[in-house]
Amino acid sequence: MHEESGPASGAATATIDPPKPRRIAGTLYRGREGMWSWVLHRITGVAIFFFLLVHILDTALVRLDADAYDAVIGTYKTPIMGLGEAGLVAAIGLHALNGLRIIAIDFIPGATRVQRPLFWIAIVLWVALLAGFLPRHLMHVFGGA
Amino acid sequence: MSDTATTTVEPPRYSRAPRKARGLEKRAWLYMRASGILLVVLIFGHLLINMFLGTGVRAIDFAFVAGKLANPFWIVWDSLILWLALIHGANGMRTIVNDYARGALRAVLLGALLVATVVLLVLGSLVLWTFDPCIGDTSSGVLAELCGAQ
Repeated sequence: MHEESGPASGAATATIDPPKPRRIAGTLYRGREGMWSWVLHRITGVAIFFFLLVHILDTALVRLDADAYDAVIGTYKTPIMGLGEAGLVAAIGLHALNGLRIIAIDFIPGATRVQRPLFWIAIVLWVALLAGFLPRHLMHVFGGA
Repeated sequence: MSDTATTTVEPPRYSRAPRKARGLEKRAWLYMRASGILLVVLIFGHLLINMFLGTGVRAIDFAFVAGKLANPFWIVWDSLILWLALIHGANGMRTIVNDYARGALRAVLLGALLVATVVLLVLGSLVLWTFDPCIGDTSSGVLAELCGAQ
């Protein structure tokens, strides 16, 4: 076997530049859509998990005391919690749509090659989802009466 | 150069995980995808009813929940969300803990995760299946007749 390292020499050899490292290469895994969708999936997943823990506990009050349940659920209607709910629905929507993208990549032959467009399709659907939900929800929370 | 005879290795030329271990993790992997698809429908339906239609979150109170849980359809719907989502979330958290925690910390976190999951599955199921509308205001309306007769 000959030495693999070092540039090959000779008149017939073409020079090929090594791929230019991206600005943040070395500190990130690959970067771009594939990595960021993974990061977002983790962050939204953890956030939704902790909300679920709290949500099971607050809903459990419905079995114990009607007034206590009304008092706690009343805090869900305040402006700050209303914004939190907007964030929660945004997180759930992104996790759901990217989850469907992951399932498509895993089960549909050839989908891996279009994982990047699939990510942007998920983002477009997510924006459309929020465009339908947010104005109505914010009117419920901030609107009068 | 080596002077030993060439050995032919039949494909596949790599070792797989033991069949038993592969089965367990594969089932977890498959569960995430199967439950994920169901949860998209179940949770978007939940959000549609509770957060979008009518006056959204403003409409939710004890009477709202009592009205939903009077219908077994929603008890089953909510139970499916409870079990599918909590196990989906706990398995996701297990993955993350295994990625970032080592040794004793990992054991403690995985233990806490298991306890929290089991406790909340039991609690949530009890709430859904033993719900009693008569602990609310029964002075008027449907509940006055329903609960007064007990």
